[in-house]
Amino acid sequence: MPGGRRRKLQLSKIYSFRCGRSSFQEDHSQIGGPGFSRVVYCNEADSFESIIRNYMDNYVRTTKYTLITFFPKSLFEQFRRVANFYFLVSGSLTFTPLAPYSSVSAIIPLIIVIGATMVKEGIEDWQRKEQDVEVNYRKVRVHRNGGIFNYKEWKNLRVGDIVKVGKDEFFPADLLLLSSSYEDGVCYVETMNLDGETNLKLKQAVEITSSLYRDWMFGDFKAVVKCEDPNANLYSFVGSMEFEENQYPLSPQQLLLRGSKLRNTDYIYGAVIFTGHDTKVMQNSTDPPSKRSRIEKKMDHIIYLLFLILLSLSFIGSIFFGIWTNEDHQNGEMKRWYLRPDNSTFLFDPRRPVMAAVYHFLASLMLYGYFIPISLYVSIEVVKVLQSIFINQDIHMYYEETDRPAYARTSNLNEELGMVNTILSDKTGTLTCNSMEFVKCSIAGTAYGHAFTEIEGALARTKSNGYNDNELPKVVRSSSVKGYNFSDKRIENSSWVMEKHADMIQKFFRLLALCHTAIPEVDEATGKVLYEAESPDEAAFVNAARELGFELHKRTQTSISLHELDLVSCEKVERVYQLLNVLEFNSTRKRMSVIIKDEEGKLLILCKGADSVMFERLAKSSGKFEEDTREHVNMYADAGLRTLILGYRELEDEEYRNFSKKLNEVKNSISADRDSLVDGVIEEIEKDLILLGATAVEDKLQNGVPDCINKLAQAGIKIWVLTGDKMETAINIGFACSLLRQGMKQIIITLDTPEIQVLERAGERPAIIKASKESIHHLITRGKLQIDRSLEAFALIIDGKSLTYALDDDMKDEFLLLAIRCSSVICCRSSPKQKALVTRLVKAGTRKTTLAIGDGANDVGMLQEADIGVGISGVEGMQAVMSSDIAIAQFQYLERLLLVHGHWCYRRISTMICYFFYKNITFGFTLFLYEAHSLFSALPAYDDWFLSLYNVFFTSLPVVALGVFDQDVSSRFCLQFPRLYQEGVQNILFSWTRILSRMFNGFFSAVSVFFLCTTALELQAFNQDGQIADRSILGPIMYTCIVWIVNLQIALSISYFTMIQHLFIWGSIAFWYLFLLAYGAISPGLSTNAYEVFAEALDPSPTFWVTTLFVVVTTLIPYFACSAIQLRFFPTYHETIQ
Amino acid sequence: MSSTTAPSSSVAAGSADASGARRNSKRPKYSRFTQQELPACKPILTPGWVISAFILVSIVFIPIGVAALFASRDVVEIVKRYDTDCIPLSERNDKVKYIQSPGNKTCTRNITVTKHMKKPIYVYYQLDNFYQNHRRYVKSRNDAQLRSNGSSDDVSGCSPEDYSNGLVIVPCGLIAWSLFNDTYNFSRNNQQLSVNKRGISWKSDREHKFGKNVYPRNFQNGTLIGGAHLDDSIPLSDQEDLIVWMRTAALPTFRKLYGKIEQDLQENDVIEVTLENNYNTYSFNGKKKLVLSTTSWLGGKNDFLGIAYLTVGGFCLFLAMAFTLVYLVKPRQLGDPSYLSWNRTPGWR
Repeated sequence: MPGGRRRKLQLSKIYSFRCGRSSFQEDHSQIGGPGFSRVVYCNEADSFESIIRNYMDNYVRTTKYTLITFFPKSLFEQFRRVANFYFLVSGSLTFTPLAPYSSVSAIIPLIIVIGATMVKEGIEDWQRKEQDVEVNYRKVRVHRNGGIFNYKEWKNLRVGDIVKVGKDEFFPADLLLLSSSYEDGVCYVETMNLDGETNLKLKQAVEITSSLYRDWMFGDFKAVVKCEDPNANLYSFVGSMEFEENQYPLSPQQLLLRGSKLRNTDYIYGAVIFTGHDTKVMQNSTDPPSKRSRIEKKMDHIIYLLFLILLSLSFIGSIFFGIWTNEDHQNGEMKRWYLRPDNSTFLFDPRRPVMAAVYHFLASLMLYGYFIPISLYVSIEVVKVLQSIFINQDIHMYYEETDRPAYARTSNLNEELGMVNTILSDKTGTLTCNSMEFVKCSIAGTAYGHAFTEIEGALARTKSNGYNDNELPKVVRSSSVKGYNFSDKRIENSSWVMEKHADMIQKFFRLLALCHTAIPEVDEATGKVLYEAESPDEAAFVNAARELGFELHKRTQTSISLHELDLVSCEKVERVYQLLNVLEFNSTRKRMSVIIKDEEGKLLILCKGADSVMFERLAKSSGKFEEDTREHVNMYADAGLRTLILGYRELEDEEYRNFSKKLNEVKNSISADRDSLVDGVIEEIEKDLILLGATAVEDKLQNGVPDCINKLAQAGIKIWVLTGDKMETAINIGFACSLLRQGMKQIIITLDTPEIQVLERAGERPAIIKASKESIHHLITRGKLQIDRSLEAFALIIDGKSLTYALDDDMKDEFLLLAIRCSSVICCRSSPKQKALVTRLVKAGTRKTTLAIGDGANDVGMLQEADIGVGISGVEGMQAVMSSDIAIAQFQYLERLLLVHGHWCYRRISTMICYFFYKNITFGFTLFLYEAHSLFSALPAYDDWFLSLYNVFFTSLPVVALGVFDQDVSSRFCLQFPRLYQEGVQNILFSWTRILSRMFNGFFSAVSVFFLCTTALELQAFNQDGQIADRSILGPIMYTCIVWIVNLQIALSISYFTMIQHLFIWGSIAFWYLFLLAYGAISPGLSTNAYEVFAEALDPSPTFWVTTLFVVVTTLIPYFACSAIQLRFFPTYHETIQ
Repeated sequence: MSSTTAPSSSVAAGSADASGARRNSKRPKYSRFTQQELPACKPILTPGWVISAFILVSIVFIPIGVAALFASRDVVEIVKRYDTDCIPLSERNDKVKYIQSPGNKTCTRNITVTKHMKKPIYVYYQLDNFYQNHRRYVKSRNDAQLRSNGSSDDVSGCSPEDYSNGLVIVPCGLIAWSLFNDTYNFSRNNQQLSVNKRGISWKSDREHKFGKNVYPRNFQNGTLIGGAHLDDSIPLSDQEDLIVWMRTAALPTFRKLYGKIEQDLQENDVIEVTLENNYNTYSFNGKKKLVLSTTSWLGGKNDFLGIAYLTVGGFCLFLAMAFTLVYLVKPRQLGDPSYLSWNRTPGWR
């Protein structure tokens, strides 16, 4: 590494390093105590001390199971489900003589079902495993000995190793930064994977080690680090390093976290502190909270209901059985002598009828197990996974620009997507792109920029109240440059030199080009300069400056070079400005400044910041533009633009020297209030600024947002926007995305009233709280009255301060009552915590499904709190996506996700579950009816294998096909008629009436099948040869009828017949016949009663075919007629559309 | 409403080319399957559909019903209950005692043929309130033992009829033990009518379930005699009465084939039945009936199927007409957009 890369001047002097260094001194006393016991011997991973500590290796495992634990653990998971556990118990009971059927036939379906689920789990885990392997086998340079670095796999890294990480590489573990390619040991780190922030963070090594910048220097490097134990706090690190007999304190400033990436630095050296699962990022990774959909919760209730039915049927049977068994042997006389009641087994012993009844109860619990659909869970899981695949594969939800398709991270909530009642949405990055565009500016009291913003356009559209867009100015993109949409003849193409305040304009754009932290990168292919900026706003400024002739083309640590137009010669010249200080931006300061020295040696402070802080820092003398600028800023805010005020001041050498000295003093002080001291010093110099003007950038609405919101509103979904913006901006955005419409009455709850402000100035907290509460209470009550009186739609707008009070326990119910009666709600200036609280309030208060959508780390709480969290995989990193349930690339895809996929999935799952219960009740109830005709002796009507394969083979696939493929209406119609969505919101398809009517239908089918079959076959000869329909014939006939009926029933329920449905439905029926034939063909020892039953008895007999046809058709007619009548007289919404 | 590929898909296909240059694109591949746009028919219960379905059902059902009814009417069936009649008047107070007492229980009944009966005429006995489908009863047999001589010692599941005086019973179990043992002899005008007892069981039973080399052993040797005795010299595969009996009935009232009379019977023929009333149905109040019946292509006499077919067919015809009427009187356009206006507040709760 050539030494020339290392800078002379030390970067650390320029940056004020405000954060991170404070208040760690007191923590260091804890080192060595409990929780701070870690000792790392750097560069001595092989030493005895390192080995006895036996720290975790760097292998990272994110899989749920290992080879050994897979079986016990996944089996345990399976049997935690009550239905599966029931089947396990009843399966084990079949090994006792109690069992009404053979144990093998009972166990095999269970094995199939459990096996299928386990295979699914296994595949999912295998995919995780492959990811792990990819990560664990990445290579990194590790110090061997004598200053030689060799490549080593990540997983073999040990605590204490010295590693060298190159540019754009990920850190393999949590490292202690020792030195970097910069002389003062700083490096830039991108932590997007950790906290979702895209800006680069600066880290700095302890001074003493930062001189070790060559490989060979580590040959005999030795240090001992004592630090805290592994924990999940990303922003804390307490430790000390013993190096050359001296102690040096360590802070988070030296810790490079696994998962982050080295940027803009050629290489760093670091010592491994935490490995593998000890690393902060792994300690942080918790499983996403598992959410279950409402339908599934309700399904559990239905299963309990079925258990209840099962228990009561068994109980009734047992009572009768007990009575009848008791009759068999009384006073030494045998009634049913052919059963030998005098010499009976314990199961049928008439001398102990109560015990016999108890045993019978157990046996019939097993027999009626067919009421519980054994394959329900596995089918639903399979269906949901397939549905998720469809969501992921949907080409209409693929975003070309970022190359991101929709991604369902969990498949649990598919049907919940069809039931959303309230959407809680973030604004920035969700409704808007979070890519800023420089649109307007006001310089020296003159407004420049003609571009018509999207929001203005939308506002104009709504105000003219017409849909004839053609007449209205369209949003015109004047430039293809990202982040730049400025057009004004007066300024463009260097014509600004002709303007009146040309010098002001020059200073204005020079400020934009200088006052920032962006880093230029020359694209070698095109020669164009690209900028890497901390925030999209900054990028927009630098881009704008470049487009208007102030091109930042090189930035060193101490200087900034611009290509700029000379005002006098009108030629492009290169100017180099010396960068003396960067006074960084933060949210309390709301401004940033740089201090530079230009080529003439003049010292300048350039400052840009929010209007609220900037105006008070202006010099009194700059008053001439102030009013104009204020006016412009307000105008821009109305247009939904974000504004910044720019100002500058020339500094005297003396003044700067003083400032510089003071700043260095306070920076190096180690007192607790160091931060405020630094602030104070900076404050002193950022004053008496001369106003240059204001900028306005537009946070563009994402494509199709207004349409999407409109559709969702038509679908009856309430939309709440929770934003950090100012109320005016929020209202404007609300209009722009058609969340607020002309003619909607606005109820505004705010504490920005004169009375409150007076109180606030007085500063008495209890009084403020009391007054605020009263005022909010008053506003809420008035709002409610307004709604009561009027039929119009209302919109509620509330600001963050009011929200704090409105969310208090004593007021939140009232607030919610008001809010749910408004069609749109906007909460401005809300904090992340408030977002989560509002979500919880809505979820708990309405008991309806809530969906939260957001893109940033500040939305995480909201996403996890809501029933469904949708993450936008946008600009603000992956944090929101990682904690979401479903990730989409653009807000507009929400429309398709909910209205199409949500609607379909909801419909599919609910129909599917209803059908499952139908088919099992049909089957189970015939068993009961037959048992009632066999003295309740728990004798199944069907052969053992018919019983056990019913759920697995003959009726399972069509219902899966229904769950995966069915569509009531095509996606086009789903979108065209958003009202359809209400079916899900009101849960019509899974209401108890519908469930119970399906169950009743099953009951009816069973009764119909049993009585029609037995009456038709009754006593008489079954075929021409005079043979009788005995037990081995009646069973298959009834079974055939049931297979036909349940499969045709599903054919009637399906409204979308593809080849797959045809194949599954007709295939299942055909398979039953084939099975009967094949089963009858195997040796009679195995097939027992079913031996040749189809070939010999059923097939040749016309009675069989005639009876089947009759029973099947007759059983289905009532359902068919009912649906026809219902369709004719009480059509549901989707049926109308069909 | 046939499925049409959304026009946007062509747009999507176009942009696919554009992005083709970018490698490793995560763009989902377009296929009709993944986009859920597979060609499909979407059956809707349109009036036409409903009405034609009902008409189709009635068109199919009514002829079948007529045919079935005719078939059933063609069958001549004579049922004679004899359980009470065959007990002497003096013994009727305690029928169970009578049937359990030893002695000759022969009884003669006359049957008048109501209609010409074509051969073969099937002879059945019908029992009532006899639960051959009781679980204990159904399981009380050993198929392996019945099938082959090799496993004749296998009597598992046959208790308590498994061993008699310590010796294996073949065939074991309650079913065999309680074999029906009433016998019937028919004569017409004092002329013996022979009853053919061959071929009354299912062929598969005879050939595969009951062994040709399995002979009864120690059968009905115990203290408690259940039903009929078996000839030890005849293999089980030829003991057709047993085979028929062992195929348990589905319901408590059932018939079993006794034999075939291979002669025509004329109208008004008087048949004299000499029967031995041995079987005890009295302790559980079961009726015993003797049944003579011819068969048709549809089997025995049962008007239910024919009538049911006709009823359902007629009902469907009625429904079809009713629906036609309703649709004519009050037609509703399917997919009528006026139903979809936003202003309409449908009756959602």
